[in-house]
Amino acid sequence: MTQLSAGRGPLFMDPDPDAARAFFRTKSRALADKVMSVRSAVERFVRDGDYLASGGFGTNRIATAPLHEIVRQRRRDLGFAGHTTTHDFQILAAGNLDGHRLLARVDIAYIVGLEARGLSPQARRLMESGDIEVCEWTNYALACRLQAAAAGIPFMPARNMLGTDTYTHSAARVIRCPFTGKKLLAVPALWPDVAVIHVHEADRYGNCRIKGITVADRELARAAKRVIVTTERLIDNEAIRATPHATTIPSFCVDAVCLVPYGSYPGNMPGEYFSDEDHLRRWLEVERDPGELKRFLDEHIHDTPDFEAYLARCGGHERLRQLRHQERCPGRPEGPERSGPHD
Amino acid sequence: MTDYTAMELMICVAARLLEDGATVGVGTGAPCAAAMLAQRTHAPQLYIAFQAGGLAPRLPSMPISVGDSRTAWQALSATSMSDVLESCQRGMMDYTFLGGAQIDAYGNLNSTVIGPYARPRVRFPGSGGANDFASFCWRIMVMMQHDRRRFVEQLDFLTTPGYLTGPGAREHAGLPAGTGPYKVITDLAVLGYDADTLRMQVESLHPGVTLQQVQEHTGFELSPVDRTEATTPPRAEELRLLRQEVDPYGYVIGR
Repeated sequence: MTQLSAGRGPLFMDPDPDAARAFFRTKSRALADKVMSVRSAVERFVRDGDYLASGGFGTNRIATAPLHEIVRQRRRDLGFAGHTTTHDFQILAAGNLDGHRLLARVDIAYIVGLEARGLSPQARRLMESGDIEVCEWTNYALACRLQAAAAGIPFMPARNMLGTDTYTHSAARVIRCPFTGKKLLAVPALWPDVAVIHVHEADRYGNCRIKGITVADRELARAAKRVIVTTERLIDNEAIRATPHATTIPSFCVDAVCLVPYGSYPGNMPGEYFSDEDHLRRWLEVERDPGELKRFLDEHIHDTPDFEAYLARCGGHERLRQLRHQERCPGRPEGPERSGPHD
Repeated sequence: MTDYTAMELMICVAARLLEDGATVGVGTGAPCAAAMLAQRTHAPQLYIAFQAGGLAPRLPSMPISVGDSRTAWQALSATSMSDVLESCQRGMMDYTFLGGAQIDAYGNLNSTVIGPYARPRVRFPGSGGANDFASFCWRIMVMMQHDRRRFVEQLDFLTTPGYLTGPGAREHAGLPAGTGPYKVITDLAVLGYDADTLRMQVESLHPGVTLQQVQEHTGFELSPVDRTEATTPPRAEELRLLRQEVDPYGYVIGR
């Protein structure tokens, strides 16, 4: 297989599958009780300098609580995989304030934006500063990198990114296919040090069920060396065994199970509650001024002991009840009240 | 005098280009509105795919995110990003609908940076799934506001492939054969691509717009054409469906 060219972006993680196998050989397979608080999970499993990946899709089924806790515990010099990361990236970018360097390097497919809601001023300031090491990818390329890692192989071929600056600024390579002679993109496997993933249901051992789209979380849970799961509900192991086809993530991938109802707030959780568009808009507003963002972070993260207290600060049960209703009645409008239907 | 906005016109024109039974990968906003309108007019079996994993939902309202729960509401499948984008890679996706900060004469798109890459003046989100869709889907459609800041001779960054540098360039780079840009729908015109040079050219002019006006709003030389069509304005029924059913709260058309 001939290498024809190489992107000039930095490769942050070693794609050697035998190095990964050496790690996975030591990973516990035990059916142990892994339930713990989010604080303990982050204390034990997220270290300075780690490469982190976040599950879900930006404002949908995200693990907000451990992301807050990473900011609260002031982790530093983290690497990050950003496949459509929106509010999750916004939370971490807020950790780079007052000279603190929470994020140091980012594999980018989609960052800075919050889709239809606009761009995050804080994430823009951070990424326009030139202080963060960056490498460009696409959503599929990052999914492939996790897929290769989950499969235990050093790279995966694909047919995207070819001919573009996205490729030039990536760490992918172009190779010739040994069977057809066609040019292919080769993306290197990515084994993140740690992943945070929010799920609908898990048992105490970490067998997890995701209901709805899985995005890239099947792959991520298998690729990451350490996995912190937050769950809407804890269920009995017998329930897992009664319907094993419903298990999205098997327990031997998982290191910590944290019970966090409404754990995707202010994001959407499929079948449970809709996103809190008012709160997401507030984040974007306070970010315009770094001083105001600092006060907002103190109020919502640093001076708030845990995620439950954060929820209480954001409108508590009454607001969460509304978001549950919105999820059940999806024909209703979400977001700002506009002038009403056109005639 | 018109009783519709430029955005409403763009969505109606875009919707008519999607035939019944076709597959289309869309994002949020105007492309999604066009697909929803097509389903409510001539294309009830239009198969809408979202890159986060939603396949063929019965969209109950306009999604805010391409991964929110609306994108899998009563869908045929709630699957994964790889599954959806690999369906595109193996040739199952007829159309994609994209936007961007800049477009050039060959339909290449920039959604990454304005200014130098290492120290950009504006950092945009990056490719997301746009490069994937544009690499894999058979026909790429773009909806964009038409001005010289967006229609440029030289992109600051080529995020997403159009025809790259012209005839043969996509195939030479290794992109799947037979794929590429198809239409660009703007607030002034519908544009296509010259069959020989693969450079952008005007196909139809919206009511009241002249060819010269379109060229003046374009930062590169449009491929010359002998004749242009006149864009059919939105029909009353299209506007009714768009305003009452597709986007009753004006998230897209109210802008």
